[in-house]
Amino acid sequence: MVSSEEDGGAAEEKETNNRRRNRGAVATAWLTFYNIAMTAGWLVLAITMMRFYLQKGTNRGLYRSIARTLKFFQTAALVEVGHCAIGIVRTSVIVTGVQVCSRIFMVWFVTNSIRQVQSEESVVLFLVVWTVTEISRYSYYTFNLLHHLPYFIKWARYNFFIILYPLGVVGELMTIYAALPVVRRTAMYSLRLPNKYNVSFDYYYFLIIAMLSYIPLFPQLYFHMLRQRRKVLHGEVIVEKDD
Amino acid sequence: VEPYSTIADIKSLVHKSSAKALRDGDVLQNLPVGTSATMYFRDLGPQLGWTMVFLAEYMGPLFTYLMFYLRLPYIYPHPHAFTSSPLTVVTLACACHTCHYVKRLVETIFVHRFSHGTMPLRTILRNCVYYWGFSAWLAYYINHPLYSPPSYGDLQVNYAFALFVLCEVGNFSIHLTLNSLRGEGTKCRKIPSPTKNPFTWLFFFVSCPNYTYEVGAWLGFSIMTQCLPVAVYTVLGFIQMSIWARGKHRAYTREFKAYPGLRMAIIPLVL
Repeated sequence: MVSSEEDGGAAEEKETNNRRRNRGAVATAWLTFYNIAMTAGWLVLAITMMRFYLQKGTNRGLYRSIARTLKFFQTAALVEVGHCAIGIVRTSVIVTGVQVCSRIFMVWFVTNSIRQVQSEESVVLFLVVWTVTEISRYSYYTFNLLHHLPYFIKWARYNFFIILYPLGVVGELMTIYAALPVVRRTAMYSLRLPNKYNVSFDYYYFLIIAMLSYIPLFPQLYFHMLRQRRKVLHGEVIVEKDD
Repeated sequence: VEPYSTIADIKSLVHKSSAKALRDGDVLQNLPVGTSATMYFRDLGPQLGWTMVFLAEYMGPLFTYLMFYLRLPYIYPHPHAFTSSPLTVVTLACACHTCHYVKRLVETIFVHRFSHGTMPLRTILRNCVYYWGFSAWLAYYINHPLYSPPSYGDLQVNYAFALFVLCEVGNFSIHLTLNSLRGEGTKCRKIPSPTKNPFTWLFFFVSCPNYTYEVGAWLGFSIMTQCLPVAVYTVLGFIQMSIWARGKHRAYTREFKAYPGLRMAIIPLVL
C-alpha cells in the first residue's frame, strides 16, 4: 500500500517546534541521517529503473535489476516503527506498523517469492508510485528536520498522493491477482490437514483476503491524507470525530 | 435548571450524556463555578450497557463451537455432516469450552458488578468479531474429521484437563472474592486479599489472579487439544490481560500506601 504517514509529519509548524525541543540532539541527528539515507536510496532506485528502461526499452528483467536495492531500503523502513515506539517520532506505532508491514508483504511475500509476476507491468506501476511517494516523503522529513522546507516539497508531498495512492493500489492489487494462479497451482506456503498442530493455512485464500482488506483500509488512509492536506496546505481547522 | 439540581437531573434532560469529568452524585450548588456555568457535553455515540455487552460477546462462542461440534452441514466435506468424532478428547474439549462460556455468562448475570455504565457500539462490534471469529477458527480444527489427537495421548489430555479445571475454579473464586470486596453502596476501597479459600492464596503473589487463572485455563485447553489456533488465542489473551493487569497493579500501588511489595501484576515473581 502506498505509505500514507503520520499525524506527526503533517503537524503544524509550532507543534513541530515543540517536538524538536523535547527530542534530544542525538535523536534529531539520527533522524536527519536516516531520512537523508532513505531519500538517497529511493533516488538510486528511481534512477536505476529509468536507466534500465531507457537502455533496454522493456520491463522484463527490470525487477531483477533493482530487487536487492528495493529489498534493502523497503525493509529498512522497519526502523520507523522503532522510532514511533521510542517516541522520537510522534505517530501511532500501529499505523506505521501496518504501513510498513503491507510494503514488506508486497516485496518479500509477493514479488520476491513468486517469480512469475516479476515481469508484470503492474509491478512497474507500483514501483514507480512507491518511488515517487517515498522520495517526496523522505525529502519532506529531511528538510523539515533541517528547518528549511521548500514549499514545493510540501506541495508535492501533500498533492502527489491524490493520484499516486489509487494508482499504487491498482498496481499492487493487479500484481497479487496475477500471482493467484501460480500460488494455487504450487500450493505455496500452505499447510494441509492432518498434521500434529491441527492447523491449516492456504496462501491462496490468504492472498484473496489480503486483496479484500484493501476495501476498508484504502479509503481510511486516503481520507486521512486528504484531511492532513487540508490542515497543512490550507490551514483549515478540522474537527476530528472522537471515538 | 435550579441551583440545587444534581448532575443526574441535568443528564436526564439531555438525551446523550457525557460526564466523564463530573459524577452523577455531584450537586450543582457545590461545584466550583460562579453564578453561570458552561457545561460541555460530548456525544459518545451509540452505547450498550455492560451486561448486554458481555452477553453478546459470550453467546457467540458458545453457540458457534456447538455448531462445529455437531458438524452442521456445509462446514466440513459432505459425508461428515452430523457425524461425531470417535475421540474422547474432542467431546471433552467441547464440554470444557461450553462450560467456560456458560460460567462467564453466569458470572456476568449474577456475580459481576459493573461501574461505568456503557461501552461504545464500535468497540462491541470489534470485540464480538474477535471472540466469535476465534472460537469459530479453533472449533473448526478441533472438530475436524482430520483432527489429530495429542502426541502424548491420554496422559497429556488428563493433566491438561486437570490444569483447566483447577484454573476455572480458581478464576471463579477470585471473581467471588472481588465481588465481596465491593460492598453495596459503600465507596471505600479495600485491598484484595487472600481468604480461607486456597485458590485465593494467589493474591499473595499477584494483583490480578483472575487473569492468571484465565491464562492458565486456556493454556490447559491448548495442551489438551494440541491445536495451534488455541495457542495463538492464549498468547493474544495473555498479552491483553497483562496490559490490563499491569494497569490495575499500578492503580492499586498508587491508591494504597501499604500495598504488599511481593505482589506482581499477573505472573508471580515475574510480571
